[in-house]
Amino acid sequence: MKQVNESLVRSLRSSLKITDETLRCDLDEVTLTLAASGLSESMSVLRDSPTLNFDLLIDVCGMDYADHPDKHQFKSRFAVIYHLLSLDLNHRLRVRVFCEDDEQPVVPSVVDIWAGANWFERETFDLYGIVFDGHPDLRRLLTDYGFVGHPLRKDFPLSGHVEMRYDPVEKRVIYQPVTIEPREIVPRVIREDSYGDV
Amino acid sequence: MAEIKNYTMNFGPQHPAAHGVLRLVLELDGEVIERIDPHIGLLHRGTEKLAEHKTFLQSVPYMDRLDYVSMMCNEHAYVLAIEKLLGVDVPIRAQYIRVMFDEVTRILNHLLWLGAHALDVGAMTVFLYCFREREDLMDCYEAVSGARLHSAYYRPGGVYRDLPDFMPQYEASKFRNEKDINRLNENRQGSLLDFIEHFTSHFPTKVDEYETLLTDNRIWKQRTVGIGVVSPERAAALGFTGPMIRGSGVAWDLRKKQPYDAYDLVDFDVPVGTNGDCYDRYLVRIEEMRQSNLIIKQCINWLRANPGPVITGNTKVAPPSREDMKVNMEDLIHHFKLFTEGMHVPPGETYCAVEAPKGEFGIYLVSDGANKPYRLKIRAPGFAHLSAIDEMTRGHMIADLVAIIGTQDVVFGEIDR
Repeated sequence: MKQVNESLVRSLRSSLKITDETLRCDLDEVTLTLAASGLSESMSVLRDSPTLNFDLLIDVCGMDYADHPDKHQFKSRFAVIYHLLSLDLNHRLRVRVFCEDDEQPVVPSVVDIWAGANWFERETFDLYGIVFDGHPDLRRLLTDYGFVGHPLRKDFPLSGHVEMRYDPVEKRVIYQPVTIEPREIVPRVIREDSYGDV
Repeated sequence: MAEIKNYTMNFGPQHPAAHGVLRLVLELDGEVIERIDPHIGLLHRGTEKLAEHKTFLQSVPYMDRLDYVSMMCNEHAYVLAIEKLLGVDVPIRAQYIRVMFDEVTRILNHLLWLGAHALDVGAMTVFLYCFREREDLMDCYEAVSGARLHSAYYRPGGVYRDLPDFMPQYEASKFRNEKDINRLNENRQGSLLDFIEHFTSHFPTKVDEYETLLTDNRIWKQRTVGIGVVSPERAAALGFTGPMIRGSGVAWDLRKKQPYDAYDLVDFDVPVGTNGDCYDRYLVRIEEMRQSNLIIKQCINWLRANPGPVITGNTKVAPPSREDMKVNMEDLIHHFKLFTEGMHVPPGETYCAVEAPKGEFGIYLVSDGANKPYRLKIRAPGFAHLSAIDEMTRGHMIADLVAIIGTQDVVFGEIDR
């Protein structure tokens, strides 16, 4: 895997304008950070360049760095992560694109480049509220009809905002504010570096 | 001639051929499909959000509930991601056990797919035959983990326990006489490995039985040949993986291309199709079952000859043995911390994928150093496949839609997550 990644990094450097900050290689996985402007051009290069040849878009997902302990390292709150795969050259690449505006995150759509991106972008829009500019049909995908909010954002509570029940008086299913109390049995802990030397 | 207008029809979510809770809004021109708008998310449980609020170990059983017909493969991707971030080594015996159960899972999944697909297309008997063999494999699951479906058997650093030395046996009851019991228990006299070996020696003839029912069956071929054709280029562009892309003639298999655990130590072939239609994907999956059977045999031979530990000795990741815990203060502390606070995974991000029966099942795991994941993204193969159903069915008859849903092998646990 190491040799594959070295040749991949070389090809990336020759095909795209890349600085050392935007290209990372951790745990044998190459991560490239791209700007939202000009994303379509860069992604086209990644797909069409013969030495890169990323013909398969494996995954698109959103990312919310709001609660991350190292969030000052990240340019903005929301990012979109793409996982690419080349069938011929057998290498993988992770592309991270930060959304410049935290209030209205927007990223150009890659549906024109990989047709399979359609639902992945719809899902990311649904769960994170990231808008994909140029997407042909950006609707909610996974959440309920008429759902309000973006559930995977860090400020969205685990229990949600509304619950559903059958109302015997009105004889229909109604939505009402949640009645359960949020509780955390195992708290989230981050130990100092030397703790638990694994 | 009367004027025929397009009309819209609702298919599912409660339809026997919808494989769960698929809702399709079909736009039809007579009986020909013009457009499909799938509505998914009726089984959305928010697994990714839940995982952010659970410790790493507590999320293992959630993985079973994603693709609930290939349970252990989902766990495999998840534990691989944790192991990669932790940097722990997995004992070789645990790797072989995982490979063996991944292949057991593949046969389980393909049997359910074959039965359900054939049932959709109109063949009842295959379903009954497939469930006969599934029952034996479910017993393997139960013997090793205690649960027939949601096993939670794989753990970061290995597997929960070694293979049992005896198989549970049927007991006499007022409904079964002794003769029946003896017949049922005939292959359960030895260990779990004996039971699986008995299964593998008989399974190829069972696959032949399915093939006599279907492969040259005129009705089956009329319903599947030339239906849902996907070219290799389109298959890649649409994000297909697993049997869906292999049916189109692309020899892509993660077990060969990017081997994980002991897959580089076992010998097997990767079947590919030529036409990319439902029939080729059927042939690919049938051959995969035979290949899985071969892998299981190799694993049985290796596991018989090589006893050893099945989980890492690192007590920050895996619990110490019960005996050590009773006499050793440090082990007691480790045990307590592991099951109250959970393990701490170093900061970082990783994407780990396995060749699940349906395609590439991947876990993108981001840790910030806490005892819970910061972000867990599940890449489900069925999600990418179902998103292409519009393109695959366009211009086909409404009856072919059922065959295409069947060939995609959709399971809503993983698609809706």
